[in-house]
Amino acid sequence: MFRRLRDWLEDRTGIESAVQCFLYEEIPASSGWHQVFGSVALFAFLVQAATGILLALNYEPAPVAAYDSVRYIMTQVTAGRLMRALHHWGASLMIVVVVLHMLQTFVWGAYKKPREATWIGGVLLLLLTLAFGLSGYLLPWDNRAYWGTVVTTQISALAPGAGPLLARLLGSDGTSIGAITFTRFYVAHVQLLPPLTVLLIALHVYLVRRHGVAPAPKDENKPKKPFYPEQVAKDTIAIFGWFAVLMGMAILARVPLGHMADPTDLSYVPRPEWYFLFLFQFLKWFEGPLEVVGAVILPTLAILGLILIPFIDRGKMKTVRRRWGAIGLATLAAIFWGGLTARAVATTPESREMDMSLVKPWQQISAGNMASIGYFRKAQCGSCHLLGKSAAGPDLTLAPSSRPAEWLEEHIKSNPKAAGALTDEQVKMLAVFVASRSTQAVDAWQNAPQNAVEGALIYQANDCGSCHELNGVGDELGPALNGAGERHDRSWIEGHFADPPKYSPGSIMPPFQFKPDELRLITDYIMAIPR
Amino acid sequence: MSMALAAPAAAYLLVANDSKRRDNLVEAAKLTQLKIGKPQEVSFERTRVDGWRKFQEKAIAWVVRTGENDVVAYSPQCTHLGCAYHWEESGNQFVCPCHGSRFSIDGTVLEGPASRPLDRYPVHVENSKLLIGSEIQKA
Repeated sequence: MFRRLRDWLEDRTGIESAVQCFLYEEIPASSGWHQVFGSVALFAFLVQAATGILLALNYEPAPVAAYDSVRYIMTQVTAGRLMRALHHWGASLMIVVVVLHMLQTFVWGAYKKPREATWIGGVLLLLLTLAFGLSGYLLPWDNRAYWGTVVTTQISALAPGAGPLLARLLGSDGTSIGAITFTRFYVAHVQLLPPLTVLLIALHVYLVRRHGVAPAPKDENKPKKPFYPEQVAKDTIAIFGWFAVLMGMAILARVPLGHMADPTDLSYVPRPEWYFLFLFQFLKWFEGPLEVVGAVILPTLAILGLILIPFIDRGKMKTVRRRWGAIGLATLAAIFWGGLTARAVATTPESREMDMSLVKPWQQISAGNMASIGYFRKAQCGSCHLLGKSAAGPDLTLAPSSRPAEWLEEHIKSNPKAAGALTDEQVKMLAVFVASRSTQAVDAWQNAPQNAVEGALIYQANDCGSCHELNGVGDELGPALNGAGERHDRSWIEGHFADPPKYSPGSIMPPFQFKPDELRLITDYIMAIPR
Repeated sequence: MSMALAAPAAAYLLVANDSKRRDNLVEAAKLTQLKIGKPQEVSFERTRVDGWRKFQEKAIAWVVRTGENDVVAYSPQCTHLGCAYHWEESGNQFVCPCHGSRFSIDGTVLEGPASRPLDRYPVHVENSKLLIGSEIQKA
């Protein structure tokens, strides 16, 4: 039965002989581990396509909505955080493997006649890979995405002659970017680049098959070997290795989501993705009218140079050990890239921006509500009112209490544990909280860590809200405290409590002398509240 | 046939839209809030047309009061590649954290890679109030 089905399929489609032809193609005797990168790059592209499609299923492609949907993917969709991390790190690792593939081809001289077109196709594929990185960078629509892309569009505007047209094509109005740039980057990322890449990969693979894998000089004297099983096994092992690294990174290395794109956030210092950092550093060398040289002319010449390599180096094939020129050039390029990248990393200020995908509801409610949660815990109300469950007392998380305020206050005071623990003012606040809490506050009620609650209790006890606003509640005599931890470091905030004018000249805030534990708790709490 | 498609396609993508923007001046600060010779970050509301969206948004300007009734307002982005720069009190200059361009208090370039002085917003002083327009003017 199975045999007949196979025969039928083979007769009508020729699929079996096509697969056999593919697998048993003869490759040079010298083929081996150094030639696995092409297969790995193809696999990397497939991983990017799969994870990209999955992300797109929960992604709304428009400014603001894009940010909210990425946050939704990261915080609510099952495995959403992992999926985004796979796509993010997959992009980086794809660039690594594409560059390794290119370096191998270069060092071995595999671009030589008759494989010039294969090489040019490869250079174009590298450019497409970088274009994917550049266009995808904007799509989360956070500050990093926004400011990074402002720089990208401004660089394109520098191109001699075509600059203004190019900038317009990217939807930039000269200084800022908005919905049009976003839409064009999105269309490029998901509608233009993928089919173009598939087409070029097909052409590239066809050319590799047409000319065969590049042989080493003495290969003609040795018998050829089939692609399957030896080379297929090596490719597969390399793919597994690459995927293991990707999975490890996706699980262990967090991909943050910053604050939503804010053109008025002047504190944000943009930095490009690591593989473009060398260009970023390179640009610092070109001052005034020369900036176009560093930003556009030299990179274009470098790309042209890459494309023209097979026409410049036209000598006979040599064994890799004798290709000193190529090895030297590749080493120089690596030193140039590495040095510039290291310098850029060294001059990057430490970012204190909060990862907004990790912000919990307790970080977004008022200090008063947090303190009320503290009163509830202090008076051990939870021994009768189990949150989320029915027990001796009703489950208070189901709905806000409809009892009158006086009844609630009396009820709280009748609890012997509350009697000594809470002041009248605190009982009143707890009664209001029970009757009017928000959904966010309910989550905080159940999940807020005790040290944060204690920090809020100290905040409330010292009446910080009479001068400072926090999460929308409080006076505006002093600066709002949201994002204080992103503006200042811990030692600044702790020092500021003891001696405000020393840290903010002209400050009228009175000094606060906290015990070491209290100082730690209130500083932790304030630093945890996002901008 | 291909020209008939390509020409409008090129125009569709490359020709600037016909959006006639009137430059409304809006109140940004009282002159008394600005110290002479000291740059200050001032925020103001402006109407922004972003493709098919039109909305009010907060904008920022670096404002320097240069005399009793004279004020300049700089666009807060570096003229090199558009990063946000800041005022460095100690060096008495604007510094861009991206590629290290430096500008003097009058907006001129002190150190590259920027090649142009800081861009400005149109300003108008009326009844001791500073009004700022949103159309950025290249110096």
